[in-house]
Amino acid sequence: MADSDKQGANGGAPDAQGDVNRRDFLNEITFAALGMAAMGSAVVTYRYLSPNVLFEPPTKFRAGSPDLYPINTVTYLPEQQVYIVRTPDGFYAVSAVCTHLGCITQWKPEADQIACPCHGSKFKPDGVKIEGPAPAPLPHFLITLTLDGELQVDKLETVKINQAFKV
Amino acid sequence: MATTFHDALSRLRKTRVWKSIFRRGPALTNRTRSLAVFGNLFLHFLPVKVREKSLRVRATYYLGSISFLLFVILSITGVLLMFYYHPAVPQAYRDMKDLRFVVSNGVFLRNLHRLAAQLMVLAVFMHLFHVFYRGGYKPPHEFNWVVGVILLLVTLFLSYTGYLLPWDQLAFWAITVGTNIISAMPVLGKYVRFQLLGGNLVGENALLRFYVLHCVVLPLAAVLFIAVHFWRVQKDGGLTAKGEDGRKED
Repeated sequence: MADSDKQGANGGAPDAQGDVNRRDFLNEITFAALGMAAMGSAVVTYRYLSPNVLFEPPTKFRAGSPDLYPINTVTYLPEQQVYIVRTPDGFYAVSAVCTHLGCITQWKPEADQIACPCHGSKFKPDGVKIEGPAPAPLPHFLITLTLDGELQVDKLETVKINQAFKV
Repeated sequence: MATTFHDALSRLRKTRVWKSIFRRGPALTNRTRSLAVFGNLFLHFLPVKVREKSLRVRATYYLGSISFLLFVILSITGVLLMFYYHPAVPQAYRDMKDLRFVVSNGVFLRNLHRLAAQLMVLAVFMHLFHVFYRGGYKPPHEFNWVVGVILLLVTLFLSYTGYLLPWDQLAFWAITVGTNIISAMPVLGKYVRFQLLGGNLVGENALLRFYVLHCVVLPLAAVLFIAVHFWRVQKDGGLTAKGEDGRKED
């Protein structure tokens, strides 16, 4: 009885030896627990807001038989936002998404240029920058041949700008 | 006519229902007028008294009040537009077209919402410029200046999120360009863009997210900060505590 009274009297005041009394200790442990719970909630909410399944066009697609593309032509594939460029050297798959702010560029055969309607960037048919605010050339995607002889483009794999795909 | 109206009013004021709503009698003295303001939820964060000088057009050009009035118009027209709008692809575009060509008075409400939104951005900017050039950001108003800047940002985000909702070409490319600007932000850019769009491109998820931000999250934030803003105007000494010559009046 006397013992518990003593503890009760000490509960609110700083201890002789330690710096932390019981009230401060309980306050700190409570706020630490609440803080951890809040951080945990923030993390799981962030995870919740990041979708795991996206209904977006596939990044790998078939572009049909190589015979569809005559030599020295630029063909725009609107579904995939890619130009299939065929030169005497071979094939290039050039991104149609402007490297400036993501607008879709347009192939202008009369000027032999790829032009962006948003801010006026201009590129050569092989994606090399001619002018405009775009900071980089249009990237080239990896082209492979499927077993049944069709072109396949993988938009997640980029290749060097002078690396043509020969059939 | 006048006497009958006043008789009716005074009889109404004696009823139990009236007295339960308005606890004080008619606001005939300064004290009862002050109490009427203090005791009202919608008025209590406004100044109890305002100097005649600060009601002159030159004092504020009413720019803050105009911004708030536009916010009220936008809230009402926005809720009405929501009754016909589905934030889905491609229904959003069709609903916008329906609002313009099929729904009775839809074109009026849509254009009122659009024009009020553009005017609100203008009014908020002019309000901030006016306050800035008059030195309204100086003590004791620093905190309210910061609240005002937050309200400017909320206004701009409201404007930007509303831009996507018609789901036309202008909306699509504006948001494509805008979110690519966000992704230029160091380190966090691409994560912020992914979270904002709910994906890698402007699609269904992006439309729904912008809709929720535009109709729920940002308006709630705006109401909260507007309340703090008005309350702080009162705490800092009412409208334009400085005289027109720039000196403190009291």
